[in-house]
Amino acid sequence: MTRNSPPAEADIAALKARATVLRRHMLTMARGQGAGYIGQGLGIADALTALYFHELRYDPDNLGWADRDRFLLSTGHYSIALWAALAEAGIIPVAELVTYGADNSRLEMSTLDTTPGVELIGGSLGHGLGQGVGQALGLRLDRSDARVFVELSDGEMQEGSTWEAAMSASHFRLDGLVALVDCNGIQADGPVVLDMEPVADKWRSFGWETFEIDGNDMDAVVATLATARQRNGKPKAIVLRTLPGKGVRRIEESEKSHFFRVDVGQWDSIIDEFEQSVGARS
Amino acid sequence: MSRAMEAGRTLAMGENEAAGGGRKSVDAPFGKALARIGQQRQNIVGLTADLGKYTDIHPFRDAHPDRFFNVGMAEQNLVAAAAGLARTGKQPFATTYGVFASRRAFDFVAIALAHSNLHVKIIAGLPGLTTGYGGTHQAIEDLALMRMIPGLTIIDPMDATEIDAATVAMSDHQGPVYMRLLRGAVPVVLEPGYKFEIGKALKLRDGKDVGIISTGFMSERAIDAAAVLEKRGISVGVLHVPTIKPFDAEAVAEFAASVGQVVTAENHVAVGGLASLVVETLFDAGISTKVTRIGLPDRYIECGAVPTLQQKYGLTVEAVVATIGALK
Repeated sequence: MTRNSPPAEADIAALKARATVLRRHMLTMARGQGAGYIGQGLGIADALTALYFHELRYDPDNLGWADRDRFLLSTGHYSIALWAALAEAGIIPVAELVTYGADNSRLEMSTLDTTPGVELIGGSLGHGLGQGVGQALGLRLDRSDARVFVELSDGEMQEGSTWEAAMSASHFRLDGLVALVDCNGIQADGPVVLDMEPVADKWRSFGWETFEIDGNDMDAVVATLATARQRNGKPKAIVLRTLPGKGVRRIEESEKSHFFRVDVGQWDSIIDEFEQSVGARS
Repeated sequence: MSRAMEAGRTLAMGENEAAGGGRKSVDAPFGKALARIGQQRQNIVGLTADLGKYTDIHPFRDAHPDRFFNVGMAEQNLVAAAAGLARTGKQPFATTYGVFASRRAFDFVAIALAHSNLHVKIIAGLPGLTTGYGGTHQAIEDLALMRMIPGLTIIDPMDATEIDAATVAMSDHQGPVYMRLLRGAVPVVLEPGYKFEIGKALKLRDGKDVGIISTGFMSERAIDAAAVLEKRGISVGVLHVPTIKPFDAEAVAEFAASVGQVVTAENHVAVGGLASLVVETLFDAGISTKVTRIGLPDRYIECGAVPTLQQKYGLTVEAVVATIGALK
């Protein structure tokens, strides 16, 4: 059986460099259509990097491997980040990324499960966690030690089905289920329209072992994922405080971060600025 | 008048909700069939949303407790969890009432199941007027709602024999299925050994004056009504269409072309379900036979004893006889 368990020691510098590559891919993708859910993608880039290049157990050459860890991107519109990660993981070609959002592209602006590496149709918010519960139940019936990671967002917590799933996960003691709750403070109509705080307390009160960290701090993300490996009868929730547009100053500062659209000339200057800032840091 | 009506008793939770007169019955035919096939098919899992004993899945629960999950009153999560289980190679049968599976969990059936063609079976209790609990519990429009979902197979069985056979057939069928459940003591109309095939209609009776095209328990009433009408000199055929989707258009068109006029009979609103399918089919086939619809009106139904409601809304044998007897 293929094993790809997390290494004992994480190479944080390498993971940070990989996150920069993911961000570069995302800028390329968004420039192609002139638009995309780039703010969310850049915000979640560090968590996806930690998952795909450190924590998750999977085999890019055998995507149907029964004992793989699952990653369910419940916010399907974050697909831009998933495509970047899947390309870097060798599951889809890097050269295909420029087709993001184009007609006939597999790399939709919202995920469909017909694209390799996608475990969930994630566009209808509130679907991911419940399907994660079902997958965790199924893996337990199979006596598999594979885990299920579900990304969801602060706005998505307004969907009642999220809490239906949260209740059942603790009831069934699904300790191989890890929710990554991306709290970036935005939703379609602007800043989060219903106050979801205190987020961590909500998850704790539903019986989840809950962690709250800076989701753009690679050290914290990696360390918390390691802590969440323990099988103690409780599902795990990691509340990730993320910055939409993280790493690209003009997108960080934009008020239009839910769906970001600028003209090609501006994309070029945004990318130039990004490369300069990356160069200055390295 | 039935004894229940004489007693003024509401059979909302009662037994024999679907029962016609004088036939043998089987208790919980769905749950018994599922428990039986679950012995061989270890990947079958059962789920319910706090309605295990009210949707007849308790025989499976008792036989295979390690493969049974009660998610509480949470129908979206019922369907989502079933989808997740299917993605790990399981074959989930998820039970709730039809009103909740269709109205409340619609997006999950559509996107989580049908969009990905997952191997999940939704078993939907209290179809149409099989409960006296009023509009909240009576799934009077579920066939219309669910038939719009691409790739979803929809079954409305007529009796205990068919429920058993359909349970096996849907387990063999790769893809999502929605089956209306007749629960409790369900009459036996079809002979043991009856072969159910998804997508195939079954001619129950030949006749030339009127052809009843029916589904669900109305098919039992249709054959009883046809026997009464025969004695009055009206020759009535019956075509039972248990699969609403995919619809057996060929059999329906052939049957309609062989009779003087058509009557549809369904335990459902007379728009959007069987009647609409028959009319669409005949129009597409260029058959201009007159079609009269027996079904529920386009409004929500009040509370009351099941026999009272079925009589008031024209779903009894007597009502079918009266409707056909009055045809010009």
